[in-house]
Amino acid sequence: MAGTRTMLIWCPDWPVIASGVDGPVAVVHANQVVVCSAEARAYGVRRGLRKRDAQARCPKLTVVAHDPARDARAFEPVIATVERLVAGAAVLRPGVCAVAARGPARYFGGEERAAEHIIEQVAVESGVEALVGIAEGSFAALLAARAGRIIPPGGVPEFLADLPISTLERPELAPLLRRLGIRTLGAFAALPASDVLARFGLDAALVHRLAAGDDDRPLAVRRPPPDLEVEERFDEPIERVDVAAFAAKALAERLHGKLAGHGLACTRLVIEAVTADGQGLQRIWRHEGVLTPTAISDRVRWQLDGWLTHHRLVGGIITLRLVPDGVVRQVSLQPGLWGEAGAERDRAHRSMHRIQGLLGPESVFTAVASGGRDPWTRFRLVPWGDERVPARPAGPWPGHLPAPWPALVRSGEADFLDAEGQPLGVSARLELSGQPARVTVDGSTVEVTQWAGPWPVDERWWDGRVARRLARMQVLLADSRALLLTLVAGQWKLSLEYD
Amino acid sequence: MAGGSALAQLKRADELLAGGVAQGAGMLPVLSPLRDLLPWPGLRRGSTVAVTRGGSPGATSVMLALIAEASRAGAWCAVVGLPELGLGAAQELGIALDRLALVPHPGPRWTDVVSILLDGFDIVVVAAGNSAGEIAPAVQSRLEARARARGSVLVPFGAWNRPQATLWPERSVWHGLGRGGGRLRWRELVICARSKGPPRRATLWLPGPARTI
Repeated sequence: MAGTRTMLIWCPDWPVIASGVDGPVAVVHANQVVVCSAEARAYGVRRGLRKRDAQARCPKLTVVAHDPARDARAFEPVIATVERLVAGAAVLRPGVCAVAARGPARYFGGEERAAEHIIEQVAVESGVEALVGIAEGSFAALLAARAGRIIPPGGVPEFLADLPISTLERPELAPLLRRLGIRTLGAFAALPASDVLARFGLDAALVHRLAAGDDDRPLAVRRPPPDLEVEERFDEPIERVDVAAFAAKALAERLHGKLAGHGLACTRLVIEAVTADGQGLQRIWRHEGVLTPTAISDRVRWQLDGWLTHHRLVGGIITLRLVPDGVVRQVSLQPGLWGEAGAERDRAHRSMHRIQGLLGPESVFTAVASGGRDPWTRFRLVPWGDERVPARPAGPWPGHLPAPWPALVRSGEADFLDAEGQPLGVSARLELSGQPARVTVDGSTVEVTQWAGPWPVDERWWDGRVARRLARMQVLLADSRALLLTLVAGQWKLSLEYD
Repeated sequence: MAGGSALAQLKRADELLAGGVAQGAGMLPVLSPLRDLLPWPGLRRGSTVAVTRGGSPGATSVMLALIAEASRAGAWCAVVGLPELGLGAAQELGIALDRLALVPHPGPRWTDVVSILLDGFDIVVVAAGNSAGEIAPAVQSRLEARARARGSVLVPFGAWNRPQATLWPERSVWHGLGRGGGRLRWRELVICARSKGPPRRATLWLPGPARTI
């Protein structure tokens, strides 16, 4: 089912315009360039570059920190202009707003004329150059706006077919699809939807529908439960931005709690405010996926910030209401936590959740392969539910224990004696003090038949607090047990058993 | 006996079809040398297969080898009560670490823990009996019945009262070590199994020269 015909107004490089700086500008977040101005692009600065690389390419570059609140505040007059021309404009993010195309097309006598008129008005009133794209569904409309085109009705699948996967803006999914040989949206849309859902999860299934040019409201609940909106009345009218931010956060949490209680999430949010002199303000925010609680809170905060800064409100805001829209069923477990979707995974997760309820959160673990020299550092046990992040990076780790890995990682006392019954020592030149003869471990003494080593390990000698010097030896005992013994500070210990 | 070998070929093709890990399939796949040891052409869902210590070391490797192929094919495995498990050996055998759950210290309520795991996982390895001493036969049969009802495989790691099959290592010979040089490289492991009838034997290289078994 194709989406409604949407007109999308896109201001290119909006964070740069919002910052108000001229010349070559780059907006930087987490040490990476997020947006850059056209002059900076002429010097070779691109999205994703590190700040230093960008500054190297363009010495006169002005670097501005990323501030979504500032972007939203600055976008408020633009969206106010659009709202004066057409009804029902919704903000997707600062710099992008969408409106149903049918109304303005009828009013202005054609889609092209409506687009021109809006661009002109926005340029006149806000001094901002905007581009307009019209297509079915906001995803296709945004891509059309980037190309500055109006896609004829029914032409969306054809328009999307040749676009690359990177336009989906899913950095985890895109390399995976590329490795599977899927490089265009057309190829992705050709996959069966149920397979995509099973293999990649809910988010990928939503994006798959977008790639096919379908409705971007796929899983709306047919009869959402009533009374999902939350409202707050304030005794003191809110006139300051920080008070508004605090109120926004509290209200957003209430809304999310209500939605989560029903197992739902929303993709659109209507923010309504009433001021002390009876003026009513309303704004619709849309999102491609589901809105997380932080996203809801951020958008309410930005919106209140924008209203308080730009509208000359005589009184402050006395009522704030949030109405969720585009409500969908929420998958309770995040896909990607354990790497796959599927009924077996959900069953396993439910079991682990129950055991954590029984024994505590630190009772069920999963193993994460990490970097390290020994089996106990190579594999980190992470409580189930925590992020599976390796503690140390992978790498050559010289001096690591060679494969094959042992089946048991034990720790215990051991006595390693030579033929004369003396404890075996290892000199600084890695020479044994005698012939290895007997090992006492687990309370019993066994003859040594074969051995190898000593292998030295000298870790972190530059840091006196954590420096470790030890020597390892593999031994094969007469009862066919194979062990790894470690000599630390003159004392032998049992480290591993090759069971 | 051309007829007998033709019949054996037919059986092999049937095993190939039944090699899926989905809940509906009755059989979980298992490494081919172990297939001759079990009374079924794989790990049958709902069964109890015990791995005990035998005359030689290597019991942990036998347990890991038993669940390796199923885990590689997509099954979810859990190991209860074995805090010393060497995860490197598990990963080498092909066990998927992101589908392996570990409960190293289940405590006194380990039977509840195992019951909950049998609900959600395809294979549950239980090594709790050794520390707590003997397990009461009533408890054992309750866990076996739960495994049968849920279609999961219960693998007791230690003594168990009348499982449907028992595996243990009989002989383990390491190669590669010398007197002062070399290192442990390969191991020849003879696994013995008993279900109904006389014990059967199979030899595996665990780990083997070509990283395959």
